[in-house]
Amino acid sequence: MSLTNDQIKSALEAKFGTEVGNFEESYGMLSFSAPKDLNLKVMQFLYDDETLKFRFMTDLTAVHYPDRVGEELAVVYHLHNLIDNVRLRFKVYTAVQTPQVNSATALFSSANWMERETYDFFGVDFVGHPNLVRILNVDEMDYFPMRKEFPLEDQTRIDKDDEMFGRGSHGDILAP
Amino acid sequence: MLEQPHINLPEGSIEKHTNTLNLGPTHPATHGVFQNILEMDGERIVSAVPTVGYIHRAFEKLAERRPYYQITPLTDRLNYCSAPLNNLGWHLTVEKLLGIEMPKRVDYLRVIVMELARIADHLICNSVIGVDSGAFTGFLYVMQYRELIYEIYEEVCGSRLTTNIGRIGGFERNFTPVAMQKIQRFLDEYPAVLKEFETLFTRNRIFMERTQNVGGISAERALNYGFTGPNLRAAGVDYDLRVAQPYSSYQDFEFSIPVGTTGDVYDRFLVRNAEMWESLSIIKQAMEKLKDLPSDVYHADVPAYYLPEKDDVYTKMEALIYHFKIVMGETDILPGEIYNAIEGANGELGYYLISDGGRSPYRLHFRRPCFIYYQAYPEIIKGSMLSDAILTMSSMNLIAGELDA
Repeated sequence: MSLTNDQIKSALEAKFGTEVGNFEESYGMLSFSAPKDLNLKVMQFLYDDETLKFRFMTDLTAVHYPDRVGEELAVVYHLHNLIDNVRLRFKVYTAVQTPQVNSATALFSSANWMERETYDFFGVDFVGHPNLVRILNVDEMDYFPMRKEFPLEDQTRIDKDDEMFGRGSHGDILAP
Repeated sequence: MLEQPHINLPEGSIEKHTNTLNLGPTHPATHGVFQNILEMDGERIVSAVPTVGYIHRAFEKLAERRPYYQITPLTDRLNYCSAPLNNLGWHLTVEKLLGIEMPKRVDYLRVIVMELARIADHLICNSVIGVDSGAFTGFLYVMQYRELIYEIYEEVCGSRLTTNIGRIGGFERNFTPVAMQKIQRFLDEYPAVLKEFETLFTRNRIFMERTQNVGGISAERALNYGFTGPNLRAAGVDYDLRVAQPYSSYQDFEFSIPVGTTGDVYDRFLVRNAEMWESLSIIKQAMEKLKDLPSDVYHADVPAYYLPEKDDVYTKMEALIYHFKIVMGETDILPGEIYNAIEGANGELGYYLISDGGRSPYRLHFRRPCFIYYQAYPEIIKGSMLSDAILTMSSMNLIAGELDA
């Protein structure tokens, strides 16, 4: 009997009650969220439980939602149960002013660089990470470029003024 | 052994027993921009600190400003040794988001292209293991067949290395008879060359002694480090997405998944070689299956998402409208959140896509297998010889483009 999304959901609710929520199923993958200080407990439970066995971290990244006040940054974990071949998506939200989230490096060695990458681009401060420094960008960078407040093009450039392609005129770009 | 005479160091200096060696980022043996700062005790490696990011090009940020069809050329440049796999993985992700059903023939054509790309990637990796261990000949034997694969790409899509192959919804044009002939020629000629290549290496005493028990990793550590693809299978875990979560009609094909036992360089080499044979068999089966299908289907019937042919754009009103809507980003893309992965040449190549219904993705994240398993490199090479570290790096098939995105 393979594992179904309903079984995962009821196991999580039995353990964590109303702390876990936002259950969704999109394209067959179960997705849910938990408070950020519970992230390690939830992942440890998913790892240890004899029926769930989510012991492979596929992916770790973040998403920036500037409009959601108090939970601007979502840290997204994709976990995989390789035995029953079930995936799930687990999210924790954190405010952009206090981006501290517990590090999963003790549970998954693979989280090490993925957390560094997430820190590098979104500024999520993984508490307990052994070496949280920038990985792909230069060390001297003092901002987190994947956040939505940084538009793609350098706003100080004045050599591009093509209004047809949404870049605006000189005045718009340089105006405060 | 003669004892080294003790050298009196100046007052206050620290006696250092190890040497620091800077390997890379442009070392000829690293095949790409990788830097490792090694702490060496004689010729043994005590510790390694890898630095990455030398060719970071901010693809995830760029993707947030581009319409969906313009993201395909970005994916080319991830694993540039097997660009069609990245392209088709992206198309499959968007098609899954939009719920597009593909005709069987397109699926099979895609399977052919993807398996050719896998062969091209594996043959480079394996022949370069030979080059790094001092056996240059094998590299030359197989290189001309990579050239033939590139000619097939050229025939199908017009370019060779960064292919930008296909469109969302199918291929931009049908496979020409020349392309089919070239695929057939590849199927006829490559097995003999691969056989010859294997005879050079597989039971070669020097090669075996050079690669066995070098750069090994246990299955448990490999899983914890997030290994996927041939490197994980060499450690003995039979996880292959083509079987675990079939996409593009892989369930219609008969093939086996080769696995190793020790996860060392030799096993990785054998797994990749065996996978090339499996890929050849898949292409053969696909060519057989194509014979029973109508030969003029090369895209799905989804005019709202599939870029119409140029001739139609100039002569037909509807095609012009759809062309305009797709290019200007006026098409309705469903809002949604999706993680879709394919079996890339190096492992699970995942696309995490969040669409808010706009013309570009709200967020696109590439799960690059190289980036995730390269972090195990310091652990693997700890205590080994410098020359073994080079072999380990080439056998892991690190591609700088995929690593840095």
